[in-house]
Amino acid sequence: MMQSTFPILSLAIWIPIVSGLLLLAAGKSLSTNLVKAAALLAAGLGFLVTLPLMVGFDRSFSGMQFVERAAWVPHYGIQYFLGVDGISMWFVPLTALITVFVVIAAWQAIEDRLFQYMAAFLMLSGLMVGVFCALDGLLFYIFFEATLIPMYLIIGIWGGQNRVYAAFKFFLYTLMGSLLTLVAFLYLAIKSGSFEILAWHQLPLDLDVQVLIFLAFLVAFAVKVPMWPVHTWLPDAHVEAPTGGSVVLAAIMLKLGAYGFLRFSLPITPDAAQQLDWLMISLSLVAVVYIGLVALVQTDMKKLVAYSSIAHMGFVTLGFFIFNELGIQGGIVQMISHGFVSGAMFLCIGVMYDRMHSRQIADYGGVVNRMPKFAALFLLFAMANAGLPATSGFVGEFMVILGAVAYNFWIGLLAATTLILGAAYSLWMYKRVVFGEVANDHVADLKDVNGREFGMLLTLAVLVLLMGVWPAPFIDVMQVSVSDLLAHISVSKIPMPLPGLERLTP
Amino acid sequence: MMSLYLLVVLAPLVGALVAGLFGRQVGRVGAHLVTTGGVAVSLLASLVVLLDVLAGNSFNGTVYRWATVGSLDFEIGFLIDTLSATMMVVVTSVSLAVHVYTIGYMREDPGYQRFFSYISLFTFSMLMLVMSNNFLQLFFGWEAVGLVSYLLIGFWYTKPTAIHANLKAFLVNRVGDFGFILGIGLLLAYAGSLDYATVFGAADELGAETIVLIPGLDWALLSVACICLFIGAMGKSAQFPLHVWLPDSMEGPTPISALIHAATMVTAGIFMVARMSPLFELTDTALTFVMVIGAITALFMGFLGIVQNDIKRVVAYSTLSQLGYMTVALGASAYSVAFFHLMTHAFFKALLFLAAGSVIIGMHHEQDIRRMGGLWKKMPITWMVSLLGSLALIGAPLFSGFYSKDMIIEAVHAAQLGVAPMVYVMLLIGVFVTAFYSFRMFFLVFHGRPRWDAHHHEPHESPLVVTLPLVALAVPSVLLGAVAIGPMLFGSFFEGVIFVDPAHPAMATIAANFSGWLGMAGHAFVTWPFWLALAGLLTAAVFYLLRPALPEALAARFRPIHRLLEQKYYLDRFNEFVFAGGARLLGGQLWKRADQGLIDGFLVNGSARMVAAIASIMRLGQTGYLYHYAIAMILGVALMLWWFAPLMTSP
Repeated sequence: MMQSTFPILSLAIWIPIVSGLLLLAAGKSLSTNLVKAAALLAAGLGFLVTLPLMVGFDRSFSGMQFVERAAWVPHYGIQYFLGVDGISMWFVPLTALITVFVVIAAWQAIEDRLFQYMAAFLMLSGLMVGVFCALDGLLFYIFFEATLIPMYLIIGIWGGQNRVYAAFKFFLYTLMGSLLTLVAFLYLAIKSGSFEILAWHQLPLDLDVQVLIFLAFLVAFAVKVPMWPVHTWLPDAHVEAPTGGSVVLAAIMLKLGAYGFLRFSLPITPDAAQQLDWLMISLSLVAVVYIGLVALVQTDMKKLVAYSSIAHMGFVTLGFFIFNELGIQGGIVQMISHGFVSGAMFLCIGVMYDRMHSRQIADYGGVVNRMPKFAALFLLFAMANAGLPATSGFVGEFMVILGAVAYNFWIGLLAATTLILGAAYSLWMYKRVVFGEVANDHVADLKDVNGREFGMLLTLAVLVLLMGVWPAPFIDVMQVSVSDLLAHISVSKIPMPLPGLERLTP
Repeated sequence: MMSLYLLVVLAPLVGALVAGLFGRQVGRVGAHLVTTGGVAVSLLASLVVLLDVLAGNSFNGTVYRWATVGSLDFEIGFLIDTLSATMMVVVTSVSLAVHVYTIGYMREDPGYQRFFSYISLFTFSMLMLVMSNNFLQLFFGWEAVGLVSYLLIGFWYTKPTAIHANLKAFLVNRVGDFGFILGIGLLLAYAGSLDYATVFGAADELGAETIVLIPGLDWALLSVACICLFIGAMGKSAQFPLHVWLPDSMEGPTPISALIHAATMVTAGIFMVARMSPLFELTDTALTFVMVIGAITALFMGFLGIVQNDIKRVVAYSTLSQLGYMTVALGASAYSVAFFHLMTHAFFKALLFLAAGSVIIGMHHEQDIRRMGGLWKKMPITWMVSLLGSLALIGAPLFSGFYSKDMIIEAVHAAQLGVAPMVYVMLLIGVFVTAFYSFRMFFLVFHGRPRWDAHHHEPHESPLVVTLPLVALAVPSVLLGAVAIGPMLFGSFFEGVIFVDPAHPAMATIAANFSGWLGMAGHAFVTWPFWLALAGLLTAAVFYLLRPALPEALAARFRPIHRLLEQKYYLDRFNEFVFAGGARLLGGQLWKRADQGLIDGFLVNGSARMVAAIASIMRLGQTGYLYHYAIAMILGVALMLWWFAPLMTSP
């Protein structure tokens, strides 16, 4: 473990949370412009503090880095324990960056209770960073659950028509999911005498215990990812959430679940994970094929992208449970890329929604005639969503498909259907929305993206292309940590009877 | 040399970026100068590379490391040998001709800069595909040319047919890529590398591997992998049944039909299989598959060319048929012949397309050949080059197409595969068909009675910027075959590049019979193809010059057959109904019934209702009356006593 001399991770967590609280307290007396400036400053600062993380990260070291550790409730072995390794590192700057975009996207779209909206997102950002950094089980759990509250409010207050149903569904679904995890955490804490996640990794467990713990984790993480069949909260939440809510939900929150598999399920219950790989692979493939088909028939753009998110996350979980480097690294790459691409897709839909106040594909047509700059960027993201090479969307899919073919040809074959399905739903939507003659007077009145929107989308476009053309800097970070994880998984944790004992018993 | 290779690919890329991102700033002239200049630089550099390769040098090296996963390096790199260097010259020279032509053809189009940006981007992507030394970059280029094709078919994005065609093209190609990526995955899984050299080096070990896909059935790994790879080629090179996108792609502007959908991109599949010869050679199963698919495409797409009335579609079906010929040659292990035909075809087919474009401008955007006729007087240059191109296409002796196509037919004749005799007959019939549809179009457009409305618009010859590229392309269309056949097919040109297993005798046999380019032309008069082509030409002359009423009468007489051809064997209808409709139906049912009905309706909202229902029962107990609670307490205590009493008394 590499101790940190400077609390970078704490800053990344607490700067947004504290500034969110301050904004909440002082927001009523501030002017709208001041609120915007303050929120942007806080989000920007939150991102800036993560820069040393990217620069200073040691790519050759597989353990935890930037570690901060302090006793919290010593009696129960609970600590304030933070750190990142190659698996979690990228999600810290990604979360902070997406928050910046969310603040910018709200510039004109949100008029009602702006300061509360900004505060909610800032706090949410800090909490999510906390999830990725926490190395203490209880700390993780607190962060993990706490993220529900701001998102619940974001959907419930700034959402669309059916927001209350969607907010409740989101909250109850995910809360139910994680209750069992708490039980599993308590069991592990009692067994090991501490809440240290890294200590849990080393804890020997019988197979039946492992299976129970694995399933308890699965319920929580599968809901969050979301995996079929516990995915139905996501389309509703996306449709009702404001643009920023959808962006954060798709770009970051879904990754909390996938991250959980890597940090908890695989290393703590490796034998159960291998025992139940068929289940995980099947559910992932259902997500790719079934959800891909469902995405095809959506008439609401946000629903379509929501379903496509589920399909893409299916690739992540598939990659994790084929237990090879291509699969796991491909899965993580897919998580990062999906952060860019799905975030950008929802921002694009937001750009159109702000102008037309409709998410229905049928209300559009011929947008390119009025918004050529926007159309070009939107096409790039649609193509990235379809996994076109030289975009980030390709890298993870390619790696996972190759890994899957190596694992089993038929699994690879089913996974590869995404090439067809992903292109079909992304480009068919694009065709109906963007191409063609100007469909109606509302489209005729559209104005192309302004400087603020253009800058935001362009930044994401550059990231999408960069990661597609040269993913090495992203992948190199995770290399040794993933190798380590695989090595760890390959060693059984089932306690063996001492070798001499059998011989003694007659 | 590395900097030269980089110059070849980067010059068009820079042009594309400048014209695409700063189109408004550089203006129309700036856009065509920077892109055309970029491609010209690329052509010159490619020529230098080709000369260098001919001098005996070759190159295989990395440009940069794309990513590392475990012990596996993914890299971007170049493999420069005779195969790639020749292809580079073909791509850049056709591309340059098309760039120049476009200056005239797209003059009045508002999307001028965008168009130039796209075609330069295409040139970049195609070069990356061709020069690749590994499967990753191959796949990159493969999909990138598909993207540009998508953009260009839908270039006129308000036209409903165009935006339908480009989506269709992309999706059908994705079906091919689906197979392609599986093939790549299999090779990686067994060879442990994506590098051509490493994979080819392990070819013998791979040849010994088997794979069990269905329990109880062992298949040779390479058969499965090569067929998967070839499915990719079927998408890109428009082989039956994945050919359906190519005719529709004619919705794009004519210059790209020439560049992408005739000369270069659609030949990527042929190029790829030739590149993979060390793998395909080890599996007769895959070779047979390749040959059969190619033969079906060559013959049955030719038939469709007969009934088309759109000038571009006739040429499109002819392209499909010729791609089929190339594919057949691959199946016959005559990779160099396939590549040779690819090369000659690139020039004469680009010529025919651009000439068709010239006719379209001259006719003021009329594309129906039934409303043309007698244009030879109005458009003499276009007429002349079209004649040369058509003669090359039908394989008239001494023309370039003669050498390449005859060699394919010879190779199939000499091939050892069981299907070869049948395929040979199909190809011979194809020769007649090719000559017939080519000259049907030629006569309908340039000869016979003028059927256009002279009062409306007088046809006119195209400007120099259009005709110049035509003349430039006519030169290789005529000469290239005679010049190149000796060294390319029977010299040491492809030594160490293309691998032919000694068990496959086709190349050795035709080499033994080869008597020089002049001798071959002289010998033509005693071969089937010559007389069949002549018969096709004469039949077309009878049908469309001497007895113009005859085709109508025949079409009426053989109504069902004519209808089948007009409907393109009903394949589009089938695909739209079964695949597109089926996917939508399935998706809709899964969504409505499974997602909304079962999961959400029953399980999620159902459990919410269940909680509400239980709560409403529980609520009955929460009456607020003290005596109710008192009764409950007493009953509870009694129950507990009854339960625990035995435990307390026991020791």
